[in-house]
This record gives sequence, C-alpha cells and structure tokens, in this order.
Amino acid sequence: MSEVQLKKKKEELEEEHPMEHLLRMERMPHIWCPTCGIGTAVTAFLMALEKSQIPLKDTAIVSGIGCTGRVAGYVKLDSFHSTHGRAIPFATGLKLANPKLKVVVFSGDGDIIGIGGNHFLHAARRNMDLTVVCVNNFIYAMTGGQCAATTPITANTSTSPYGNFEQPFNLPYLAASCGAVYVARWTALDVRRLAKSLTEALQKKGFSFVEIICPCSTLYARRNRLGTGLDLMKFYHDNSVIKHGADLSELDIGFQSKIVVGKFIDRERPTFIEGVNQGLRGVLKEKFVEYGGPIDDD
Amino acid sequence: MRFWRKPLDADKLQIPHGEIHIIRERCKGCAFCVEYCPKDVLELSTEFNLKGYHPPAAKNAEACVHCGLCELLCPEFALFVLEKKEEEKGDKSITPCKEVEKVES
Repeated sequence: MSEVQLKKKKEELEEEHPMEHLLRMERMPHIWCPTCGIGTAVTAFLMALEKSQIPLKDTAIVSGIGCTGRVAGYVKLDSFHSTHGRAIPFATGLKLANPKLKVVVFSGDGDIIGIGGNHFLHAARRNMDLTVVCVNNFIYAMTGGQCAATTPITANTSTSPYGNFEQPFNLPYLAASCGAVYVARWTALDVRRLAKSLTEALQKKGFSFVEIICPCSTLYARRNRLGTGLDLMKFYHDNSVIKHGADLSELDIGFQSKIVVGKFIDRERPTFIEGVNQGLRGVLKEKFVEYGGPIDDD
Repeated sequence: MRFWRKPLDADKLQIPHGEIHIIRERCKGCAFCVEYCPKDVLELSTEFNLKGYHPPAAKNAEACVHCGLCELLCPEFALFVLEKKEEEKGDKSITPCKEVEKVES
C-alpha cells in the first residue's frame, strides 16, 4: 500500500462521528455481526437521549448478558454489565439507592424475558421508575442460537432443529398486563419513530417498555434460510403495519408474519417510590422522613 | 420509496445539501445505507477495506439532501452527513428549508 493511501486511511479514521462523545470509541469496532440491527437501535437510543435533554451525569444504563448486553460497555455513561437476566433487579437497586438517577435497562429478549422473566413481571407490577429497552431478535444469539421465549412457532433454532412448537410471548401484551405505563414496539428500521418513542419513554415516569424487533443475520436468518439482516430489514419494510393503540392480544408475531408496530399504552399510575412514600406517610405521620438519595460530596 | 409528492411551494424553497463522510475502515458492508437512501446517492464500492468488506461510496454526491437517514441506520457509526454551506444566491424569494421548519415549530 502506498504512503498516500495509508495517509488517506489515517485521515479517515481521525474523522469524528457526531455520536462519538456518547460512545467508548476505544472499544470500537463493536462485536456485532455485519447486518445486525443492534447498532441501529443504539444510534436511535443515543439520539433519543440527546433529544430528551436528561443530564448525562444523572443517567445510568444497565445490561445483562447477550449480544445486546454489550451496549452497556459501548455507551459512555455510568453503566453496568450485570449477570444473565439480572439487569432489572440491578437497575431496581440502583434506582432505589439514588432516586434522582434515570435508569435505563438495555438488553435482549433472552435476557429480559427468558432468563429474567420473573424480574420483568415484578418490576412492571411495582411500576418501578425504569426505562426498559428490549431488543428482540427471536433467538438466544450470543450463546449459539438456542430457542428463546420469543421464538416464533415453526422457526428453526439449534435446540429445535425440527422447528419450535411452543407458543412465544407477546411482549407488549405481557408488559401491559403486568402494569407498564408506556408500551411501544418498533422495528430497527423505523429509526426516527423509534427515537421519538424512546424519547417519550425516557421522559415517562414509571415502568416504560419499548420492544425493538431486530434482525439477527448469523443465527436466526441463517438457520431459517432468510438471507442476511438486510433481507430481514426489507421484510420489515414490507410487512410491518403501524397501528397505534392496537388491541394488545392481537400483537403475536408468527414466523415471517405481519408485525404490528406502534405505541400501544401511555397511561399514568403511581410509581413504586411514590406509592411507598405515600403509604408510609399515612401510617407514620410526622415521624416519616422521605429518602432523597445519597448526599452529594460536591 | 421512489414516489414522493412534490410540495406546492417547491420552487420557493432552497433544498439543503449534505456532505457524506464515510469512515471506510470501520464499515462492515451491511449496505443498509445503500438500500434505504431515498435519493439513491450511495453504492457499494468494488474496493475492499482492511477488514475485507466493501464500504459504500457516493455515486452522485450532489443529490444528497441531508436527510441523515444513512447516518441513523448505520450500525457501525461509520457514516455521517454534515450540512454543506450554500453560497448566497441573492434571490430573496427563495427561503432555506431550515427557516421554514423554524417558523412552523
């Protein structure tokens, strides 16, 4: 390679992407496969974070294990990469210890719904003040393509070589029935709508849940002979239907069926902290002292 | 994606132009930007980058209208668009799109 070409390449690498101040660039390039949609979901999230104008100092992001679990490592915020399925309990503790923080859980379907399903139900029931972003790629991708709680019926995975015959979860219905105050679903292709929805979710008080349908090229698409992630994106383009406030029980996703996207729930409910404070104030009267978080050192 | 309606005041608006910056060595050749550019500005180049992927290249850079969809869709943070400074044309009847947005919002 000539010196001129090398110089050109060096100059290109020194160009700064506008998102770089929110990313840990020393860890780039990230581990996600070519045509994976998680990078796009992260871009939408960072755009929403900038738009919502929440101070970055007061934002924390928690991830579990999995492909999407790597997000906590790549985003330049206070972040924690927790054990498998325990992203929501860790985030709950973080929120309760410091109620001023805006805590975001960014993880995959296998982590939040599969391994940590019980934690998800209870955080939604209590209406913990968390923003949960669940990237759904229909499979346990990082561990080798095992059948997940969201794998559609007849889809091939490494633990269901003849096809999966279990009924998958309908995530928006699950979240709403447990008591989430904000529920939306978008595909990774609807970047602008997704960013707008994430902004609303970040500004919402209480348990807000956003599901992102995301292409997995290496495992889901390859095992089911669906082409690459780009082919899945084209499929989302042709087969996703926007239906705000749709009937939640009809949001099931079958194998290569129509995907209903949109904002389904936006309601008000007292959060866990508000409920506990109000209840204790009623019982303890003037003896009650509200906990406002740790005392600032500076 | 190809059937856009033309606004009634299209001749009175100054369309912004973008300058596409591609960090070729970070690209993994997914072609999201090539597929979804509404103005068909990009194409996959025949050259390889150091990782062995074909990064995109602008085939008609003048057509870019700075919508920023490629920047948002790029999963590798390898592509961004900056607004190109327009020379003043001195024609008062033409308003830049940006100012129209400001008035409306």
